Amino acid sequence: MSDGAHETGAFDEYGGRHVPEPLEEPLERLAAAYDDVATTEAFQTDFRDHLEEFAGRPTPLYYAANLSDRYGADIYLKREDLLHGGAHKINNVLGQALLAERTGRDRLIAETGAGQHGVATAMAGALFDLETEIYMGKKDVERQEMNVFRMRLMGAEVNEVTRGDEGLADAVDAALEDFAENVDDTHYLVGSVVGPDPFPRMVRDFQSVIGEEARDQFLERTGELPDAAVACVGGGSNAIGLFHAFRDDDVDFYGAEGGGEGADSSKHAAPLASGTDDVIHGMKTRVIDDDVDVHSVSAGLDYPGVGPEHAMFRAVGRCEYTGITDDAALAAFRELSETEGIIPALESSHAVARAIQLAEEGDHETILVNLSGRGDKDMETAAAKFDL
Amino acid sequence: MSDAVTENEYDSDVEAAIRENHPALITYITAGDPSLEDTKEYVEALDRGGSDLIELGLPFSEPIAEGPTIQAAINRALAAGTTPEGFFELVDDLETEAPLLVMTYYNMILQYGGSEAPRASDGRAAKPRDKPEVRPFVERAAGAGLSGIIVPDLPAEEAGPLRAACDDHGLDLVFIIAPTTEGQRLDDIMSQVSGFAYVQARLGTTGARANVSSATHESLARLEEYDVPKAVGFGVSEGDHAAEIVEAGADGVIVGSALVDIIAEHGSDTGAAAERLEAKAAELKRGARRGADSLTVDGEDAPEPEQP
Repeated sequence: MSDGAHETGAFDEYGGRHVPEPLEEPLERLAAAYDDVATTEAFQTDFRDHLEEFAGRPTPLYYAANLSDRYGADIYLKREDLLHGGAHKINNVLGQALLAERTGRDRLIAETGAGQHGVATAMAGALFDLETEIYMGKKDVERQEMNVFRMRLMGAEVNEVTRGDEGLADAVDAALEDFAENVDDTHYLVGSVVGPDPFPRMVRDFQSVIGEEARDQFLERTGELPDAAVACVGGGSNAIGLFHAFRDDDVDFYGAEGGGEGADSSKHAAPLASGTDDVIHGMKTRVIDDDVDVHSVSAGLDYPGVGPEHAMFRAVGRCEYTGITDDAALAAFRELSETEGIIPALESSHAVARAIQLAEEGDHETILVNLSGRGDKDMETAAAKFDL
Repeated sequence: MSDAVTENEYDSDVEAAIRENHPALITYITAGDPSLEDTKEYVEALDRGGSDLIELGLPFSEPIAEGPTIQAAINRALAAGTTPEGFFELVDDLETEAPLLVMTYYNMILQYGGSEAPRASDGRAAKPRDKPEVRPFVERAAGAGLSGIIVPDLPAEEAGPLRAACDDHGLDLVFIIAPTTEGQRLDDIMSQVSGFAYVQARLGTTGARANVSSATHESLARLEEYDVPKAVGFGVSEGDHAAEIVEAGADGVIVGSALVDIIAEHGSDTGAAAERLEAKAAELKRGARRGADSLTVDGEDAPEPEQP
């Protein structure tokens, strides 16, 4: 299997750099900087120190005894929800901010939808003393006021995007425009394994600490590797981060996409379970069909495309992708809270739901789930849904 | 080589339109903004006003790195329900002096190639079109009478299939050259270009005027050794800008946002918008000619950059 694209940015036929010409040269420069700087021992040591001291790594591998008893398979949770900021996002943000600082940038920009990635970027901006500007659609600014306050408190400027639909896609456009105009001093901090090269492989490398840790922890604890590894997939960074260390092992991969009202319905965010090959946001990948409205109960999975490495995994049969419906994810959200006293993010609840399905099917004795984030941010949704 | 053999010494209709009308005016509007019926009148107005080539934007919902003005036009066109088939029917109907080009994103071309494929009826394993094709779009474009295609997010190294399809159907494939395009990538792109090279001085479209002269000179100087015509666009809105660009050595001037602004200002008053579009095209064409005249007076083909 291809390890992914150090020369061409391609994952077999997926990935690449499908961007307007003014963005080509800045991205080429970024790719070169990444290959030259981020691979050095000094950089890696610095990165690891920040992951430990600032982000709180390593995260525990937790045996979910109550859930395991209920479903008859051993279910282990990789507790990324315990990281600073409450999700795996910080791994990538620290890596890219460090790269930006090392390559002489003094400014970070990022787009954000629900605000999680914006908050993580604001943390890194404060930590490394980099000027930080976050592009966020006006609609999202209004819906996610708390995250806007967090970003501002940490010194980031929140740029309210009023063009188009005033949503995430418009924030991406505004950020790309800023990047192309200010490429000499600015780093565009992309939040997932999506977009043009080098972002998909760069973000994967920064997130692969998840799987490296989990693999060691699992071996130490059980003496074996898990039968299955499960993660939710929006853009797909926590999933790639978990899978990468196991890619040559006899471990089955399962990706849980935002199934919305069902992957065969007209409202979902599951381009791998049900989609087509297409070009979007600078990459060739899988995209939902054009007669489908992108929708997921979880903001973090509410994206029409997916990282190109996942498109490759699907094409070669390395990973099985399934749409988990809103209802199934909400049920898992509640079930993990009740059985283990852990409130998962709605995104991660999709992975928990998939793990429960696999345990019920009975083909895997040990299942490793990436609990990519905590559910504090989802309490309003849950309160309304469950009449709390 | 081209099927649509022209009765002149040039490789294509597009190249001929630029060379024979030198300095050429190339105008852009978004098809379907605010409706396809209006677009028909606007294209005819731009044609009357003296456009030598007209680019029609086929709207796509994720136009990465498009300026706010054009993006707003694209949103209006999509809100009006503009589809590729509706777009092609508009082009079927158009009879203009100026050759027409379509400007769109690669996604639209691939999607068009997939829409003919049988759709799977069951959900999960549905693979209606795993390998979308570029040819159906190119065939339909040629059939409608389009002369060329511009795809901003198509990298030259991946342009092979589209280049081949365009060659088979006599369409030009235009590529964009940025201020940062040089070295191997410039060679790669220029080896794929036909019709003209679209020289973009800067990604942003506003406030760039102070830099226009030097940026345009630098870009054109890098392209000097290539034989294809060069047209420059960077947020040109007045005849004087057009004159300046032509003076810098460009073969043509590309104007988009200024025309889209006129359409946006007039809303549903199609007649008034069409009149102003025609007048604006005429002003820009006069400006371009002025630029060319000043070159003739100076008796130089390629003047040195003027230092402001």
